[in-house]
Amino acid sequence: MNKFSWYEAKSVEDALEQVNSTISDELYEPTSKATVFKSGGIDVFDWVKEGLLKPQKIVNIRNIPGLDQISYDRKKGLRIGCNVTLAEIASNPEIKSQYLALHQAVNHAATPQLRNVSTLGGNIAQRNRCWYFRSADHDCFRKGGDRCFARHSETGENENHAILDNGSCVSVHASSIATALMAFNASVVIANAEGKRKTVLMDDFFVSAGEDIAMENILQAKEIITEIILPAPSKNTRSAYIKQVARESYDWSLADVAVVMEVSGNTCKSASIVLGAAAPVPYRSVEAQQAIENKTINSENATAAAEAAMTKARPLAKNDYKVPLFVSTIKQTILEIS
Amino acid sequence: MENKDQDRESKPAKTISRRSFIRGAGLSTASSVLLTSNAFALEYKEPLATGKEFGPDAMTIKMKVNGITKSLSVEPRTTLASALRDHLELTGTKVVCDRGSCSACTVYLDGKPVNSCMISAFDVGDKEVTTIEGIAKNGELHPVQEAFIEHDASQCGYCTPGMVMSCVHLVDNTPDPNLEDVKNATRGNLCRCGTYPHVFKATLAAAKKTI
Repeated sequence: MNKFSWYEAKSVEDALEQVNSTISDELYEPTSKATVFKSGGIDVFDWVKEGLLKPQKIVNIRNIPGLDQISYDRKKGLRIGCNVTLAEIASNPEIKSQYLALHQAVNHAATPQLRNVSTLGGNIAQRNRCWYFRSADHDCFRKGGDRCFARHSETGENENHAILDNGSCVSVHASSIATALMAFNASVVIANAEGKRKTVLMDDFFVSAGEDIAMENILQAKEIITEIILPAPSKNTRSAYIKQVARESYDWSLADVAVVMEVSGNTCKSASIVLGAAAPVPYRSVEAQQAIENKTINSENATAAAEAAMTKARPLAKNDYKVPLFVSTIKQTILEIS
Repeated sequence: MENKDQDRESKPAKTISRRSFIRGAGLSTASSVLLTSNAFALEYKEPLATGKEFGPDAMTIKMKVNGITKSLSVEPRTTLASALRDHLELTGTKVVCDRGSCSACTVYLDGKPVNSCMISAFDVGDKEVTTIEGIAKNGELHPVQEAFIEHDASQCGYCTPGMVMSCVHLVDNTPDPNLEDVKNATRGNLCRCGTYPHVFKATLAAAKKTI
């Protein structure tokens, strides 16, 4: 790691006064003057160890008071501070009973050791795991380069990559927790340097590669996630989450699906279906949602919804297995609801 | 066992062990580095004061490790793993992948298992660090350590300290754990020799003994 100084932030405003860049900006156009912040620091240290991020200063927001709380209210819903660790979410009884898909997603994310350190804010803001993007030897589009190494039909190692929205970048988003959060229609609270707070739906928080190749989310240099808010579930809300991995113990997702439904008996009244590891950002499948809404939740209708989700899929040379994998996983996740 | 540093001072090794040979070979370089960094070292009281900038040069911090408060001179980029191994000579903690993927470097921070390779020594603050050297108490091995020996739960041994840390944490915090609990506790610990079945057996046996 390069030499950097350390600033221990006392408040959100204090931290925002210090920072002058984002990891995304630094990866796209490196400077030697970056001040970036970190909470748990897992993704930040990963980039610094790789030599792709050379910060002059790291602002530690981990110990800012008040950002490590979980609060649940039956009417107002759930608020999770940006510094809450994944382990704290996994062991929260109200999240397990009211937001099952989120509980399941967190429980299948990373390792026990990483869950004790990784925070929710950092988890959703982490950059993708494409091995070319993470390699100092590969100057890809995301880093201001002139090509996508993963896309190449012969030399591209793209078995873990995107099958949907895979235009200029074929990476998949690294956060499987974001899949569940988006399915619950979660919002991200962002604080800016002027002391203002804005609340943005998860659907609008992530930025597609087509919109801006350098970014995976809307966070600007002087902005910070302070909270994630989930609306209160009704007594008819049901949720489920399934993640497919190559290695059972722990692994990055090959295909993960979160389903949140309002049900009446065994009929789906409304559905929120989000796919992880399918596209460069968590992918809401409007096609699957429409296919299952106002239908009985059964094997036939679940299969139809799952197939509808894959109509726009454009697999790469080595990842066409993901299409049937998603079909069966979406079907299975919907059927978990019934 | 508990206080390795003192043991070493009171009992100088007569035969040259691999470890002391390596340490001796690097001594002249190490001491000159220490002198240089100490010359500019700043003192601070734990936990790290907020609203202040530290580094990038080395400064003296205090860290409570295995019940003893130590002073060490580190930079913000010094990982906890490096602080333990290179500065405090607690080399029981192993660094393998150096990216939080294998958990060989597992230590406890306030009793919770973490990857010491992925956090800065500056992240520790007033939290208490427990390493593999702090698991045996009063010269007696923890039941998990005894069971690892009894059930032949290590081969090359490089994953063993991290594996023991995960299993001790489970046994000390979970009443009557089952096989699934052991698998969950060791999910992050990679063993290239494939000693998992013996690790599981040893941990379950140790858990029975501690009831």
